[in-house]
Amino acid sequence: MSAPAAGNAGGAVGVAITGGRVIDPANGIDGPHDLFLHAGRVAALDRPPPGFRAEREIDARGKVVCPGIVDLCARMREPGHEHKATIASETAAAVRAGITTLCCPPDTDPVIDTPAVVELIRRRSGQCGAARVFAVGALTQGLGGSQLSEMAALKSAGCVAVSNALAPLSGMLILRRALEYAATFDLTVFLHPEDPALQDGGCVHEGVVATRLGLPGIPEAAETAAVAASLALIEQTGARAHFCRLSTARAVRMVARARHDGIPVTADVCAHQLFLTETDVGGFDGLYHVRPPLRTTGDRDGLRAGLAKGTLDAVCSDHQPHEADAKLAPFPATAPGISALETLLPLTLRLVGEGVLDLPAALARLTCGPARILGLPFGTLSLGASADVCVFDPERHWRLEEGEMLSRGHNTPFLGWEFTGRVSHTLVGGRLVYEAPA
Amino acid sequence: MNRADLQVDGDGRLRHFLTVEGLHRDLLVEILDTAESFLGVVEQSVKKVPLLRGKTIVNLFFEASTRTRTTFELAAKRLSADVLNIHVDASATIKGETLLDTLRNLEAMHCDMFVVRHADSGTAHFFAQHAAPHVSVINAGDGRHAHPTQALLDMLTIRRHKGDFGRLRVVIVGDILHSRVARSQIHALNILGAGEVRVVAPRTLLPVQAHTLGVHVFHDLEAGIRDADVIIMLRLQRERMRGALLPSAHEYFRLYGLTAQRLGLAHPDAIVMHPGPINRGVEMDSQVADGAHSVILEQVHYGIAVRMAVMSLAMRRRLPGAEVREQEAG
Repeated sequence: MSAPAAGNAGGAVGVAITGGRVIDPANGIDGPHDLFLHAGRVAALDRPPPGFRAEREIDARGKVVCPGIVDLCARMREPGHEHKATIASETAAAVRAGITTLCCPPDTDPVIDTPAVVELIRRRSGQCGAARVFAVGALTQGLGGSQLSEMAALKSAGCVAVSNALAPLSGMLILRRALEYAATFDLTVFLHPEDPALQDGGCVHEGVVATRLGLPGIPEAAETAAVAASLALIEQTGARAHFCRLSTARAVRMVARARHDGIPVTADVCAHQLFLTETDVGGFDGLYHVRPPLRTTGDRDGLRAGLAKGTLDAVCSDHQPHEADAKLAPFPATAPGISALETLLPLTLRLVGEGVLDLPAALARLTCGPARILGLPFGTLSLGASADVCVFDPERHWRLEEGEMLSRGHNTPFLGWEFTGRVSHTLVGGRLVYEAPA
Repeated sequence: MNRADLQVDGDGRLRHFLTVEGLHRDLLVEILDTAESFLGVVEQSVKKVPLLRGKTIVNLFFEASTRTRTTFELAAKRLSADVLNIHVDASATIKGETLLDTLRNLEAMHCDMFVVRHADSGTAHFFAQHAAPHVSVINAGDGRHAHPTQALLDMLTIRRHKGDFGRLRVVIVGDILHSRVARSQIHALNILGAGEVRVVAPRTLLPVQAHTLGVHVFHDLEAGIRDADVIIMLRLQRERMRGALLPSAHEYFRLYGLTAQRLGLAHPDAIVMHPGPINRGVEMDSQVADGAHSVILEQVHYGIAVRMAVMSLAMRRRLPGAEVREQEAG
């Protein structure tokens, strides 16, 4: 594993994080502990290791100390769409939000289908020295959907998975071959389950709101048909696959059943799907234009239940920053997506407040859950693990204001929402990359 | 922002006319009454009133239309407004001008009202949200969403023939799924208190959970038009017959075409309406279209009066003397 280094100057410094509630879901740890970091790694819990000298001490009394957040899907728009955002702007936003590892989907320009683009992303993120950025390689060349990408080369270059992002595949045969070929190199395939024919140019959930507003709908079956077809091929090929951004309760149940039957498939959900529904689209507000679309309250509740049960292994941001113009159009003509890095932890903590799941379980979906899907040794405070740490004040009230966003994209429907819980410190490889102003 | 709030000002007066949904019954009745008063103007030898003299109205059509654009133009001219017709085809988009740029440029020319038609649902709302405070936006059809002036001219037609809405059974037949006209008609009929609103269509031409619009759903035409007082036939676009929605025009007419024989199932005084243009032999046969029950040409006639009413009401708050009259009234 050629993990990109997120800057290592100062990695040898000892850091003591004292007096906090340490929650490390990977190891079942939840309690008051002092945490000692040394040489960029987690060195000890409670007692400093022999010869430890703290160059920096973080007073975490009243705070939660957890592994840095691992985000399975964040578009940084670089290369190719720098008018929307850059790796520098988005990794800065990420670390302020406690996110230390980001996966970048392959729909950049050029597409991530050659080692050169992977290298470019690695170099740019290394220069920024904030969060770690991993590339997800293209499943097909140019995301064209018909010719396999050079997956072995992409893996060697550092891609953690392969995916066709939201671009359609030309058919079931290419999906079968892609799963088989990826399995040859032990690469996980990220699938966005959406049948392109059933999607049929839709822009909202096909339900009562689409009926009332006369907006072209995307039926539930666009997702469930794709999940069913994919599951058949996953079972036959034995490939390792992961469903991205499930949006329907029925698809969650299908994944749960498949896992019960022994198919080793994983799935995630993005945070906004756990709060917003089709009714939010009622005012034609393009900020609610997302793909997959916001669905019914029944779907939202089914996603929440799937998250609580663990059928959904991870919550991700599905961060899609846009320039203001991308949302200044009639609803169907707006670009889908939400600038979501800065609300990933706050929304997940809100689930805890609403009793959907407890804090350690919620943090598991942000840390070890996604890290396991990626097969990366992050998202844990195990001794010897990379010292990627997030410290947050779970009682701190704040409001999301546009002027205070660090992401270049201000396209979020959560502006003005009140949240409880805010990050005070973020460390990547033992290095303090963010500290909230006192 | 609530969509209904966007259309009316703090005193409940019309500011923009974007959708029938959410409007108060009294406002719809006021529009219909005002339209009635304009019917006389249209029949005079000098067909003009000076209500909007000095105002500039822009017909901004991003979709081809002859009938709607013409009646809006005539309505504006009969109110003595200056009218600018702009048909924006793909070329402006290719040049990279956004809708917002188009709006800003026309506002800079001191236009007072925009009559907008666009293929995307929500376009009129988008214009209204971004328009300068002095500008009114009238929706002349947005995607599948709304066509409120068409719905109100249909309501005027029904009212002039049938009087009270309370006892009426109104049936809308055809492509409900893609029809902005049907959506606006259904809202208008329910707000005006129609006794029963029915829709008749095969499932491929119905939106999901169509009953949530406030209608009874039928798939069989003969059951659906039984004892109907008003039958509204929707236009079936040719392209709907080529995809997976319908097998053929032939089968559609056989199942859903209005014939004299089927019309016999409706109330003996039933009226037959169609927003036009008619596909004869697809939605209805010529015998019905030109028959005694048909009020299709009246609809066109009322269209001008209704558009005059909507334009003058939306501009009322900005006409000279409006403040004075209000103070006197208050």
